[in-house]
Amino acid sequence: MKLVTAVIKPYQLDAVKEALHALGVAGLTVSEVQGYGRQKGHTEVYRGAEYTVEFLPKIKVEVITDEIDVEKIVDAVVAASRTGKIGDGKVWVTTVDDVIRVRTGERGLDAL
Amino acid sequence: MTPGLALFYGGLNRSKGVLNMMMMSFSCIGLISVLWALYGFSLAFGASGNATLNNFIGNLTQYGGTGTGWAADIWGTTGIPVYVFMAFQMMFAVITVALISGALSDRLKFGGWVLFAIGWFTVVYVPVAHWVWGGGWIGAKLHALDFAGGTAVHINAGAAALGVALVLGKRIGWPRENMRPHNVPFVALGAGLLWFGWFGFNAGSELTVDSTTGVAFVNTQLATAAALVGWCVVEWIRDRKPTLVGASSGAVAGLVAVTPACGFIAPLPAVLLGLIAGVACALAVGLKYRLGYDDSLDVVGVHFVGGWIGSLFIGFFATTDVNGAITDVLGAKEGLFYGGGAGQLWSQFAGSAVVTVYSMAVAAVIALVLKAVKLLRVSPEAEIGGIDIADHGETAYDLTPAAGSGGGGAFAMAGIAPGKAVDADGKADAGQKVAG
Repeated sequence: MKLVTAVIKPYQLDAVKEALHALGVAGLTVSEVQGYGRQKGHTEVYRGAEYTVEFLPKIKVEVITDEIDVEKIVDAVVAASRTGKIGDGKVWVTTVDDVIRVRTGERGLDAL
Repeated sequence: MTPGLALFYGGLNRSKGVLNMMMMSFSCIGLISVLWALYGFSLAFGASGNATLNNFIGNLTQYGGTGTGWAADIWGTTGIPVYVFMAFQMMFAVITVALISGALSDRLKFGGWVLFAIGWFTVVYVPVAHWVWGGGWIGAKLHALDFAGGTAVHINAGAAALGVALVLGKRIGWPRENMRPHNVPFVALGAGLLWFGWFGFNAGSELTVDSTTGVAFVNTQLATAAALVGWCVVEWIRDRKPTLVGASSGAVAGLVAVTPACGFIAPLPAVLLGLIAGVACALAVGLKYRLGYDDSLDVVGVHFVGGWIGSLFIGFFATTDVNGAITDVLGAKEGLFYGGGAGQLWSQFAGSAVVTVYSMAVAAVIALVLKAVKLLRVSPEAEIGGIDIADHGETAYDLTPAAGSGGGGAFAMAGIAPGKAVDADGKADAGQKVAG
């Protein structure tokens, strides 16, 4: 099993969610995160004094899937969250050893 | 006015010191109001009965402010009751002291602030108000004009702010750390309340309803509007984006600058005055970074600079076309551009300069005394942790979700108040306040 993690711009969340839904992804986890990549943060100016805001608000989307669907899901997330401008985010894939459904105790792919 | 100032300053401050910032304004409403009644009004506006002495100070007995002897009395030739005039002037006294606090945020001990406020009000505000408005030498001898408080309020407060800020020193981390305004809507709300209240200050200073009242009212609006535009234009060119903090600050700068002049100049010059003040103050607030003094919320850049601009502007643009009292009653001259020569400009400069030097020096001396008895500055630990919790035992915001006050924390969802005893079955003890 694989964990697909995507850090995206907040306003792209709806598009990513729709794309994953269209692929039949059953569930996903979303969290509000902060960070920066190559674009760094942005600056705000108050009465002429400049302040650097280092960490920008982002959304982290996590989906666990079987290995067969990984590429499709990655492609869908990338396509849905791309604006072509700097700060679009990152997607990465990691291996998941096991998953347990809390309600029933099912494990592995059955728990997805 | 002063509650509006509390919001304006509070919003500009960092969140860990917002309550102290607002408390400095509110403490003035309490403290200065009482002192004004006890002796301030009498010393500022009472006639001393001795012509020489009256140049400098009024009389303690003529208007005690606490008796009922003048309940039916009328103030001079104005036709308004003495109590009304006394209360109106009380508001100037309150806000002038409160204005100073904007330079001192996050690091001045609250006890030190209270003592400073009492001392500066007594030794500086009361006599200066007398010099300018109460029959003292600046108004009656020098004939410097100040319709609603450019010299007595804004230059006076701005100079004092600089004097104390220099003794008090910089906030820890300034100018390196992020000290941006924590609540910009507060700033705009405070500026809006000030703008509204300022009509009362400026138009009200005519003490009756006549054509000068109308001119003062219109000038207040026009200069403020122009200053708002001027400040935003500076930002748009320099920083590429106009800001709400800038618009709010520009409005206050315009209000400050038009205050001394509003009853003496025509409306078109008022627009020019506003534009000059908006641009100049937008640039002046950067001076502290170049010169290295920490005037936290720009009392010097806005009130001192704006007050000076407005006061000097009278020397150029005062005209009997809008107010015959300039020459008839007040003994002053018209401005340079209205054929009055440079005499009035000199009077304006001299009056403003004396108040600047006197106020700044006395404020610095009071601050030095407080420093000597260790009542000036909070400890570095208290300053870093926040003066709100250190000096007042309260904080403005509780943003931690687990604390439950927002209702959304894990403890609140579980129906348990954090840190309290829980029975073995998971239910909270009887009598304990349970969320939900």
